[in-house]
Amino acid sequence: MFAYIVRRVLFALPILIGVNFITFALFFMANTPDDMARAQLGAKQTTPAMIQSWKIDHGYDKPLFFNAESPGLAKVQETLFVQESMKLFAFDFGQSDSGRQITADIYERMWPSLAIALPTFVIGLVTNIALALLIVLFRGSTLDTATMMVAVAIMSISGLFYIIAGQVLFSKVWHWVPISGYTEGWEGFKFLILPIFIGVFSGIGAGMRWYRSIFLEEMNKDYIRTARAKGLSDIKVLFGHVLQNGMLPILTGVVVVIPTLFMGSLIMESFFGIPGLGSYTLDAINAQDFGIVKAMVFLGSVLYIIGLILTDISYTLFDPRVKLA
Amino acid sequence: MSFVWLWTDLMVWSLLFVILAGIRSIKNSEQARKQWRSIFESRVAMASMVILTFYFVFALLGSVHVQLTSNGENTSEKRQGVYSVLDLSLIHLIEQTERTYSAPFATHEYSTSLNFDENGQVSQSYLVLKHGGQHLTNGASIWLDVLVKTGLPLLVTLGIMALLLMVHAYFRFKAFALRSINDKANKMPWKTAYISFFSLLFLFIWFYYMSHFYHVLGTDKVGQDVLLQSIKSIRTGVLIGLLTTLVMLPLALILGISAGYFKGWVDDVIQYLYTTLNSIPGVLLIAAAVLVMQVIITNNSDWFGSTEERADLRLLFLIFILGLTSWTGLCRLLRAETLKISQVEYVSAAKAFGLGPFKIIKNHILPNLMHLVLIALVLDFSGLVLAEAVLSYVGVGVDPTTASWGNMINQARLEMAREPMVWWSLFSAFVFMFTLVLAANLFSDRVQTVLDPRRVN
Amino acid sequence: MNLLLLFKKSLPNQSSGFCRHLLGILAITFYATGCSAATWNNPYSADQANSQTLFSSFSESPKHLDPVVSYSSNEWAILSQVYEPPLQYHYLKRPYTLEPLTLAKMPETTYFDAKGKEATEAHPAIAFTEYLFTLKPGIQFQPHPAFVKDNLGQFKYHHLDSDALSKIDMVRDFKQKSSRELIAADYVYALKRMALRQNHSPILDSMAQYIEGLTDFSERVSKAYQMELSVNDKSTQTHFFDLNKVEISGVQIIDKYHYKIRIKGVYPQFLYWLSMNFFAPIPWEADAFYKQPGLVEKNLTLDTSPVGTGPYQLVENNPNKRMRLLANPNYHQDSYPVDGLAKGADPSLLNDAGKQLPFIKEVIYSLEKESVPLWNKFLQGYYDASGVSSDSFDQAVSVSNSGSMSLTPEMQEKGIQFLNMIQPSIMYFGFNMADPVVGGYSEKQRKLRQALSIAINFEEYISIFLNGRGVIAQGPIPPGIFGYQEGQAGSNIVLFDWVDNRLHRKPIEIAKQLLTEAGYPNGRMPDGTPLTLHYDTAATGPDSQAMLSWYRKQFAKLGIELVIRATDYNRFQDKVRGAKVQMFSWGWNADYPDPENFLFLLYGGNATINTNGSGINSANYDNPEFNKLFLKMKTMSNSPERLAIIQKMTLLLQQDAPWVWGYHPKSLSLYHSWLHNVWPNPLANNTVKYRRIEVQERVLKQSAWNQPVIWPIIIVLFVVIGSIYPLRLAYRRRQKASIKTVAKNTKSEDI
Repeated sequence: MFAYIVRRVLFALPILIGVNFITFALFFMANTPDDMARAQLGAKQTTPAMIQSWKIDHGYDKPLFFNAESPGLAKVQETLFVQESMKLFAFDFGQSDSGRQITADIYERMWPSLAIALPTFVIGLVTNIALALLIVLFRGSTLDTATMMVAVAIMSISGLFYIIAGQVLFSKVWHWVPISGYTEGWEGFKFLILPIFIGVFSGIGAGMRWYRSIFLEEMNKDYIRTARAKGLSDIKVLFGHVLQNGMLPILTGVVVVIPTLFMGSLIMESFFGIPGLGSYTLDAINAQDFGIVKAMVFLGSVLYIIGLILTDISYTLFDPRVKLA
Repeated sequence: MSFVWLWTDLMVWSLLFVILAGIRSIKNSEQARKQWRSIFESRVAMASMVILTFYFVFALLGSVHVQLTSNGENTSEKRQGVYSVLDLSLIHLIEQTERTYSAPFATHEYSTSLNFDENGQVSQSYLVLKHGGQHLTNGASIWLDVLVKTGLPLLVTLGIMALLLMVHAYFRFKAFALRSINDKANKMPWKTAYISFFSLLFLFIWFYYMSHFYHVLGTDKVGQDVLLQSIKSIRTGVLIGLLTTLVMLPLALILGISAGYFKGWVDDVIQYLYTTLNSIPGVLLIAAAVLVMQVIITNNSDWFGSTEERADLRLLFLIFILGLTSWTGLCRLLRAETLKISQVEYVSAAKAFGLGPFKIIKNHILPNLMHLVLIALVLDFSGLVLAEAVLSYVGVGVDPTTASWGNMINQARLEMAREPMVWWSLFSAFVFMFTLVLAANLFSDRVQTVLDPRRVN
Repeated sequence: MNLLLLFKKSLPNQSSGFCRHLLGILAITFYATGCSAATWNNPYSADQANSQTLFSSFSESPKHLDPVVSYSSNEWAILSQVYEPPLQYHYLKRPYTLEPLTLAKMPETTYFDAKGKEATEAHPAIAFTEYLFTLKPGIQFQPHPAFVKDNLGQFKYHHLDSDALSKIDMVRDFKQKSSRELIAADYVYALKRMALRQNHSPILDSMAQYIEGLTDFSERVSKAYQMELSVNDKSTQTHFFDLNKVEISGVQIIDKYHYKIRIKGVYPQFLYWLSMNFFAPIPWEADAFYKQPGLVEKNLTLDTSPVGTGPYQLVENNPNKRMRLLANPNYHQDSYPVDGLAKGADPSLLNDAGKQLPFIKEVIYSLEKESVPLWNKFLQGYYDASGVSSDSFDQAVSVSNSGSMSLTPEMQEKGIQFLNMIQPSIMYFGFNMADPVVGGYSEKQRKLRQALSIAINFEEYISIFLNGRGVIAQGPIPPGIFGYQEGQAGSNIVLFDWVDNRLHRKPIEIAKQLLTEAGYPNGRMPDGTPLTLHYDTAATGPDSQAMLSWYRKQFAKLGIELVIRATDYNRFQDKVRGAKVQMFSWGWNADYPDPENFLFLLYGGNATINTNGSGINSANYDNPEFNKLFLKMKTMSNSPERLAIIQKMTLLLQQDAPWVWGYHPKSLSLYHSWLHNVWPNPLANNTVKYRRIEVQERVLKQSAWNQPVIWPIIIVLFVVIGSIYPLRLAYRRRQKASIKTVAKNTKSEDI
């Protein structure tokens, strides 16, 4: 097991280097360091001296991938790509183009992201499973068909509609919750209700269908048929056997998304003015702040890889037949 | 007047040929024909297909562009520029713009404005629209007028349907007559098909007819007809859904099969490639690529003769970017499946006979992957249509001048904050988009049920 | 309140005990929340809403709160409440007038000739100007840990260890705080910080032209600092460079309350700069304190946590969420103005005359990036004031034909107040005078520009795209600034006729005539092909499409084809800097209320082609006669002679038409009836201290406007509870049925 994890982590290195390469190449195709300096220094009366000193300060005075002026190996080493990548691998995110410490910012903005993403995830999971179980009880009936139609309909609506409709209805017309904003602590509860509700609701369609198919598959297995033939009620079968055995595919399926919960939701956070990592990323894209973009891409990739490893591990934990070689 | 072929136009039409060729090959294969028959045996799938076809036809109509040039001095200045066939058939909507917002079927503007009459008196009143409902005499009821005007579209639709029924009945009768007595009766839900076709056709003709008299879905901030925008948006949505798959398909197929078949370092490299791409947060990757694209477009502004070409190239780039970022899922699936298939006995036997790898892939592996490809295509379609809206919101979607549901929703957000609310733009975008995505989802469900043998039975 | 009763009455008889229980809990929850706070959607806590707290918003996160760096209005909106430069603008007076803020009196000016002898203002060759500043005694900095000293007289918090740091997340986490009196050295220290290249001050290069010895000083200390950095291998953020040791030759500290600044030649506009935050005092202790690596890691720097003498102190800086100001307990004697009410202003603005400032105890700025929530919250009463975006314009404001604006009845009903004013800004459409076609100074080229200037109808532009929020410009100088002339005297006779006491744009025929004289009859080149011009713009948003096609239409009126090159802002700037554009749109906001600040946009010495891209004369206008007049006008103080020169210059500009004189934008602001002493002053930023809030009225209105609508909750509950029974029934029936036949459910797939 340990050897496996070490191997996976080592395999992650070239992937992360590749990720960095793509980020750097794409970003500097669209921007020059001079553009970035000007964007940060403001439009009024920017002199070349100011631009130069800004670039030195932020390390953008080095060439991107190849430094012809340096001798030997330093040709590659003394470049923006190698220097900045090394820092990323040490999780030293440095300062953003506007001069703030990225690590401190990420740490601070992680909590609002989690405050939305975690409840949405947990409540969503519970709701979807509960509804799926309920529907499985009535499988084959008109209720089942109708619910599945509704589920497809829910899936077919763009998330933007849910958000816009939710804000208009719950905040503007009915005055239930503030339209946007965020505070820490219990005071912040009122801000979270609507985004969480919308997050859960918009996920019901896909989630319910998926869990339903898992449970149905389980229902059709022989041992369940035997149990039911013996006269066990549906509810007992469902909670006694189906739910238990269905948990394996469910857990291994959701484990991959858990680490990425940290990254927050781009759309949700910017609509509701929640200062999480999602809106952080979106702002960085709009401001073309390379410092933040590269940090967030790197972080996202690391979390994704962790998710993959977790999935593999969860297979072995839940299913003793699977062994990680 | 001369035809202008934009890049995406060419792609759509070539896609049509691909689809036609696909249908032909289905006709030739007994097994495929059976499968497709069973797909269409579901009433839902049949109705969905009718809807999807309707949307596709609109996309095709929007993909034939002509260049209109002014012949006189100032006479037809309005009609200069590039128009699609769809635009030309709805030209009355393009030309009948109002000043600002007006509700569906309204005769007056939606908000009051200060006006001065001849005596210099100031009054706060609702201005009369320039075009919408102006055929009405004072005090006539709009609803009565609409009801009366419904007659003609109904007649026309019924006429078309009657024609269609006759033609179809002839073929069915022929088939019935030729069929031997032992054959099972045709189970196709033709009734559903007719009903859905009839309703769609009627709706369309009704809207078209009414749009000559009213702004059926209202007008937007600068007085443009919302119905026109919604219809024009169909092309964008359908194109992004369909063409993206066209871009990603070769990539996924080639890479997926090579990884699974050749194994070894090929497999390693391909796996590395898609894991790396996959691990970059999707929106970030797309956003970065779109920014690069914008730089390319601005640095080479002399490539484009017109705004349309520029917008079109942006759409094309977006399609390519979406394609390049979304092939990984299918590729992984195909790789796994290929691994499995290449271990099956007849493939090993073929190898032992010394058949070349390309022959084996073509004859034995590819046909067994087609169901996966099909399922992936229909599944991705709706996701891509939805993604367009989100990307437009983030600011990395289609060109702001391109009519798209994403742009409409984006605009509508501000309108919802008004008092009273301007709901019709959002509503129209919602209905048009929802119908397409719902139909696609339902259809993909059915395709999955029939084609995927592993699904619960 | 009567919610509980309602629920009880409507309970369905057949529902089980469990349901009744659940309903009871829910009802109690609603009942409780209904009691404790009148509204559910209040984004603030009840205490905040009930106190002298101003609720405001910011749409863009402030990037820099370091006064020598910050140069954008959204940052100054916060910074100016914290820092106090020597001078400020009088809150109410028009024209804009400077007055002392931390000074005891206005700076005393002395002139010197080249030999260093004192001279009069009228002396023809003044070599130096010296300003003497006299501080008010007894002004204290806000309480701050940087000032805290231990028993031995050492700074307690200047060398924090990791143990101490672990308890610190914000400046307010420090247990002890102390203060110190403001002295002249603090103002001089700020100047030295500005000179340090590594601080990236945007005005260093322009100030270096004026302040004696600044260039030299800047080079010296920047080099020394860079040396120290590379020797110690530290970054600028964590290495403190002691500027107390070095002196600028032109800046002199006389004693605790007096200092002098020496300016090369004469530059009367220098006083205006002294009202900007660049010249606000910086205590060196704070600079040294914030260079600790442990604090930098937590984003605690002088750039995020200012230390000033102003009416407020920044106690919370979360640019992603909220900025919070609290009244500074050490604030010095400062009172509401007693006079200077401008013509036409509401006399109630003087109700608080002479009272000690500030009135408002706390200010909360919330991040509001989207205009939709901002507008909604304003209407719900959760923001005290709001600007008017173009989307909310026509539901808030109605415009009459004569251009005067008033609130719509719906807004008036809510008691919302309304102010609008013309900003000291200009938005213009520029020609590149270095361009062979539209540029040049020959009669023909001039006529082409004049023709285009007539054709581009900015009155129409203002009414279509700005809902009338702007006035047409006649020259570069906006209203409210010396040199602007109203009415016929100020009208641009090249483009307008003055008829019936109103401006009338010359008919298009005249433009066509001019175009023919320019050598392009009907917009055709001599060879018969249409004249094609290029317009560069950074406008690529969804709304800009209509605007660009409007521009095209304006040119089409003359038969000229306009090709539009839209790019993003960075690239657009690049092109303008390289003089690679033909025509472009840009704007300028006044830094200070002096005509020089606008006319220098057209001074040849500032042309981008003459300055290698760093000049601000983007039109590259370079007229020797204008240049000569400009240099003369620049150093004069406002007088009839100066006005005469400015008129001459304006006339030259109007004839040459290097710009199409676009428009001066109007700003509109709405505020609720409970907010008092609101007066627009676009040059003064430290205006929060004058505002006052009627808290009771706010609370009442907020709760009246935000009563939650509860019937939907009741309906949903009914549906959910009502469906439980039928579901149970159905389940039982299925169970009975399934015993008889072992059900194989495959139908469900057939949806």
